[in-house]
Amino acid sequence: MSFYLDLATRLCILAIAAVGLNLILGYGGMISFGHAAYLGIGAYAVGIPAHHWLYGGLDFLATTNGFMHITIAIVISGLFALLTGLICLKTKGVYFIMITMAFSQMAYYLFVSIEEYGGDDGLVINTRSEIPLISLDDPIQMFFVSFLSLIFFMWLIHLITKSNFGLILKGIKDNEARMISLGYNVYLHKLIAFVFSGIICGFAGVLLGNFMTFISPEMIDWARSGELMFMVILGGVATVMGPLFGAIVFIILEEILSSITIYWHLPFGLLLIAVVLFFKGGLSSLLSK
Amino acid sequence: MDYTLLLIQVLNGLQLGVLLFLVASGLTLVFGILDFVNLAHGSIYMLGAFICASLTYILESYLLAVVFSLPIIGIIGYVFELFLARPLYTRDHLDHVLGTFGAILVIDTAAHLIWGPAGIAIPLPDYLDGQISIAENIEIPTFRLLIIAVGLTAAFGLLWLVNFTRLGMLIRAGASNRTMVAALGINIRSLFAIVFALGATLAGLAGMLIAPITEASLGMGNNIIITAFVVIIVGGIGSVKGAFVAALLIGLIDTLGRAFLDDLFKIFMSTTAAENSAPAISSMSIYLIMALILSFKPKGLFPPRLR
Amino acid sequence: MHDILKLKNLNKKFGGVIATKNLTLSILNGELHAIIGPNGAGKTTLVSQIFGQIFPDSGQIFFQDMNVTQVSEYKKSRLGINRTFQITSVMKSLTVSENIQLATNTVQDNWFNFFKVSNNQDYIFKKIDFCLNQVGLEKAINQPVANLSHGDCRKLEIAMALASDAQLLLLDEPMAGLGPTETKEMIALLNKLKGQQTILLIEHDMDAVFALADRISVLVSGEIIATGDPDKIRRDSAVQSAYLGEM
Repeated sequence: MSFYLDLATRLCILAIAAVGLNLILGYGGMISFGHAAYLGIGAYAVGIPAHHWLYGGLDFLATTNGFMHITIAIVISGLFALLTGLICLKTKGVYFIMITMAFSQMAYYLFVSIEEYGGDDGLVINTRSEIPLISLDDPIQMFFVSFLSLIFFMWLIHLITKSNFGLILKGIKDNEARMISLGYNVYLHKLIAFVFSGIICGFAGVLLGNFMTFISPEMIDWARSGELMFMVILGGVATVMGPLFGAIVFIILEEILSSITIYWHLPFGLLLIAVVLFFKGGLSSLLSK
Repeated sequence: MDYTLLLIQVLNGLQLGVLLFLVASGLTLVFGILDFVNLAHGSIYMLGAFICASLTYILESYLLAVVFSLPIIGIIGYVFELFLARPLYTRDHLDHVLGTFGAILVIDTAAHLIWGPAGIAIPLPDYLDGQISIAENIEIPTFRLLIIAVGLTAAFGLLWLVNFTRLGMLIRAGASNRTMVAALGINIRSLFAIVFALGATLAGLAGMLIAPITEASLGMGNNIIITAFVVIIVGGIGSVKGAFVAALLIGLIDTLGRAFLDDLFKIFMSTTAAENSAPAISSMSIYLIMALILSFKPKGLFPPRLR
Repeated sequence: MHDILKLKNLNKKFGGVIATKNLTLSILNGELHAIIGPNGAGKTTLVSQIFGQIFPDSGQIFFQDMNVTQVSEYKKSRLGINRTFQITSVMKSLTVSENIQLATNTVQDNWFNFFKVSNNQDYIFKKIDFCLNQVGLEKAINQPVANLSHGDCRKLEIAMALASDAQLLLLDEPMAGLGPTETKEMIALLNKLKGQQTILLIEHDMDAVFALADRISVLVSGEIIATGDPDKIRRDSAVQSAYLGEM
């Protein structure tokens, strides 16, 4: 039972990150290969304050208060998205993909290089964020917080896409040149969406940090970003439910394949290649829906 | 100021730069000419290291291993092109990215299965393992000089090939006008296969050169590929010259940053602050440089000419 | 304000190629002014400079007496200059009404209303209806643009141009790719628009040009070699030789 509960919790968390990525990838057409960075940032936003609270040092940062963790995650994710977005969004196509990858790698190396927070080995914290009336130590409550968060973000995205901003974003994805000629500051709109997307993933990171209590730079590995992209694209871009479906497919695949072999990345990779090769029009055709 | 240390670090930076060039040149050629984004290029670099390691043990000679490994990597590159790259040429870059990402997963896991999780060290023959005095009191490991020499030779060889030979002319022509070149009766398929295999061989060579120093290890491909992308973005996609300049620049900045940034920081910071912040900042240095250069030259230092 | 658009001594070079050479032109408020010229005359470059996609090497552009030479594209649009594209450029994945919505100023000004449902405003509904009626597309209001014929897409572009309330509208070869009936419809439509907005018409189709234009300017090798009313242009010997009897 607890196995399935954990699986469901992890599913919700990944789905939230996929929802975040879908905002810019699915609705906006911006293919970011670096969104795992925000998951990492969110997780460390829990880990670092908790670490200081447990072991001292940096008193102004030491806390297990969940709202503080969330605030830190939102601020740092938002800033990272803003600063990297300012540069990335001046580029297009594969340049954009590579630059988002590069910045994500930068975040990876940054966390690896900080010895105090475990560097390569990661950070173990044996406490969770404290939120009034809720104990995240209880797996059932952890699940419900994750599940309700997922519902919240899916609803939020639904609202956004029905709004003026959402329409503009879709227009930009469809025909950027036209949108510029219609008078839209496309760069600014993309930047706003980019920051929003990063913040949503950062929130998912907070949940992830709490769920795993082992926070490592591996969360920022670009293979994780690739997995997120896989979820968003296969699940159905530019739809509210799509990221959830994609996350479900990914989790199921991961579970099935890893029960067959610990080397499950190999059949997963082959599957990915097969889908790319044999899907009519390629996966990128799925992107233009 | 310890000039000996500075010189050694400069040479280290050159070494890194030269290796980066070997990897990045194949990447930029394939992207510039075949318009194909190959994330798995780093995995080929890793395969070069591992295959060379295995052959070194079998043949009991590092040099022989390199000699035999190069064509093997070339063949691997050719096969890769045939089965994965070629079907994807007509597709969007996103498909390239996702397809080669899948390839990385496959190759990395296969390498894990074949060679195990630990790295494999490559022993060097004695005559390569020593030091050379290049000046009074300054001794440089022989092998590092060899790497730099090999890398520079490869760089000039490549530049000569692209700019002064018929093959190079076809490559450049194929880059700017594929259909025209095909109409002239040149077999574009073979041309592309050759370019791809060449790029793969250079990456494999880089792996073979670095492995005696750092071991052949599973993560090495993934580490280098992003840096190689940074190099070609900074250098300008499709430009071998750009890749050369950018690779040396990045190699030097990264090496010198890691070596001297804390000393630099100590000038205006406390020792503990310097020692805590320097590793973090130096690890970010090449990305910060990339960001800086992109803000002035969004298409890199030597941008591709319009097709 | 007599001249809505004034181009003064515009120059633009690309490498060794002179695309725009000392170009001076004034567009009168309310007129339909056509620009014609052989291929390679530099029409695209001129349009790009007017719109701020590229900036001239020297010279000035005045819109309603404001110096807009260095103003970037999206800002120019907000000032009241709008355009259609040579190759139909609409948002194919959206519906007809969504395309028009995006063209209206209201969406532009209210984008930060994240939670405002975009099609819930009476004003926008009325505007969409009006614009679609003008071009004869009122039945297609909720159709996905992907289902529209080429001619209807062209009409949609005009409708979007109307929706933007632009004071200066540049139409870049609106007749391109239209069959004879569709061309007649387009000419009728543009005739309706005449006078409501100032129109700068770039066209190859001479019948359309002579049917619509109040004045014509002839662009050859980056220079304007003649400007005047249609009769004057028809009789101009320099123009005749440039076109080698095309007229």
